[in-house]
Amino acid sequence: MRRPAKVYVAGEAEAAMIVLSVPLSFWGGIDAATGRIIDHSHPALGTSIAGRILVMPSGRGSSSSSSVLAETIRRGTGPRGIVLAHPDPILTVGAIVAGALYDLRCPIVICSIDGLRSGDILRVSAAVPDAAEICLIESLHAH
Amino acid sequence: MHLSDGDRSMLEGEQGDAAGFAMQIVTAFAEAVGADALLDISRAHIDGCLYHGAVSLDFVERLVAGGGRVRVPTTLNVGSLDLIHPELVHLPAEEQRPAERLMRVHEALGCQPSFTCAPYQTLFRPAFGEQIAWGESNAIVFANSVIGARTNRYGDFVDLCCAMTGRAPAWGLHLDAGRRGQILFRLSGFPASQAPTDSLFIAIGLIVGRRSGERIPVIEGLPRPRDEDQLKALGAAAASTGAVALFHAVGITPEAATLGDAFAGGTPEETIVITPAGVTEALVELSSVPAGSPLTAICLGTPHFSRAEWDRLLVLLRQTQPTRPIPIYVNTDRAVLQQLEAEGAFRNLTDWRLIPVADTCTYITAILEKLDGVVMTNSGKWAHYAPGNIGVRVAFGELEECVASAAAGRVIRGVA
Repeated sequence: MRRPAKVYVAGEAEAAMIVLSVPLSFWGGIDAATGRIIDHSHPALGTSIAGRILVMPSGRGSSSSSSVLAETIRRGTGPRGIVLAHPDPILTVGAIVAGALYDLRCPIVICSIDGLRSGDILRVSAAVPDAAEICLIESLHAH
Repeated sequence: MHLSDGDRSMLEGEQGDAAGFAMQIVTAFAEAVGADALLDISRAHIDGCLYHGAVSLDFVERLVAGGGRVRVPTTLNVGSLDLIHPELVHLPAEEQRPAERLMRVHEALGCQPSFTCAPYQTLFRPAFGEQIAWGESNAIVFANSVIGARTNRYGDFVDLCCAMTGRAPAWGLHLDAGRRGQILFRLSGFPASQAPTDSLFIAIGLIVGRRSGERIPVIEGLPRPRDEDQLKALGAAAASTGAVALFHAVGITPEAATLGDAFAGGTPEETIVITPAGVTEALVELSSVPAGSPLTAICLGTPHFSRAEWDRLLVLLRQTQPTRPIPIYVNTDRAVLQQLEAEGAFRNLTDWRLIPVADTCTYITAILEKLDGVVMTNSGKWAHYAPGNIGVRVAFGELEECVASAAAGRVIRGVA
């Protein structure tokens, strides 16, 4: 299944999705050392986002989430890419800073997240760093 | 999005590597919030001195290496250390080093080493209508509400990038349309003789923060404050329990001469009544111990104590003879502290255990000697965050109650 998406942070990624129905704040919500969800009020408490493509409706909470996202990308405990239904300035900045400082790409694209399922593989090809650009993301069933 | 020639020149790296990098982040942020242009700012306040990991330091050092320099007067928020009294902070050396480096490296970009969360009570106070890019929730709400300067809630990386470029996305609270009230809080049932106590302002702030969500609150029926420090306490409380970046108080704050002005001719989406019982309830929730409980310390100055707040405290200290004094920590701006010391303001207070703290705050770093006891504060913000941040139990009270309790070593209530 392919769908169009708007590119906020460019990059290529292919990984299994983790789909969260409730927005997660990286600050106070993710342990940067492990990539695990530590927010006790979050339904996915204990799950790891490391190496996955994180899919959720929107971002949430403190601006310190920019730092925490960038720090997880630096440590290799962060998501491979992020798909949101609504743009989020805080996460956008975190991913751009990590890309600029460490040359580690965590693409962020905005599209409908209906029908995306945890565990399925998602391929994001968002080569052009232009928010007006539409890319196609492709979800494949897990093998 | 429309970029000016200057913006594009910066983005293309013609004005240096650091300015290009910073402009890339400002424009990406602007795209994500849906702004169609950038606007000039005249000041910035950077909340970047708390260490969140190597990325915090790598980011600022990259700007320094790229020849970066802030383009507008820029103040710094608190860090993890008290650089004036380093002996007060009990952090392991491996945590102190990067924290100190982070504070120092911002100075290399041309930021003022103010290290205060109350930049609005320094020489760098903005004026009504000024476009600014500020971080730190209590500073943002004060600048917008009490002064009428204009900033959105900036933070990590972006506040500094605005300072490096002198530009911010033209959206939200920078624009007239983004500043009109949306939800009304009406005080009701209070006696005409209602005293404008600090705790009344704090309780209203706590309630407004909790109930406003993303909407801009308007408060009607607030008694005239003694001074701006009461509005500072209200804003800090509202920004602790919620995401409030601007409030209007009818007849008090500069964009709300009348109820109609506060809503810019529109009508409230919702009206919430605040009663004396609601105020009492909000205050009771701040304290987890009864009167008479033994105390280990008093913490004042969250946000940083202004000169006027110090003057109130110093008068109370001179009027009271301590019997079993406990430490009184007072977070403050280093410039205020310097001036007090030059004036000899702390002379003849040797019976007290008064410990001024600069550059940081007692709820974010390891300063208190004992964390297993009860700490009393007159700050709604400190009472809200300290139990989660440093694990203490809290008693909240008026400044007069805090001083009486400091003298006796236990919680004293009902001192006027």
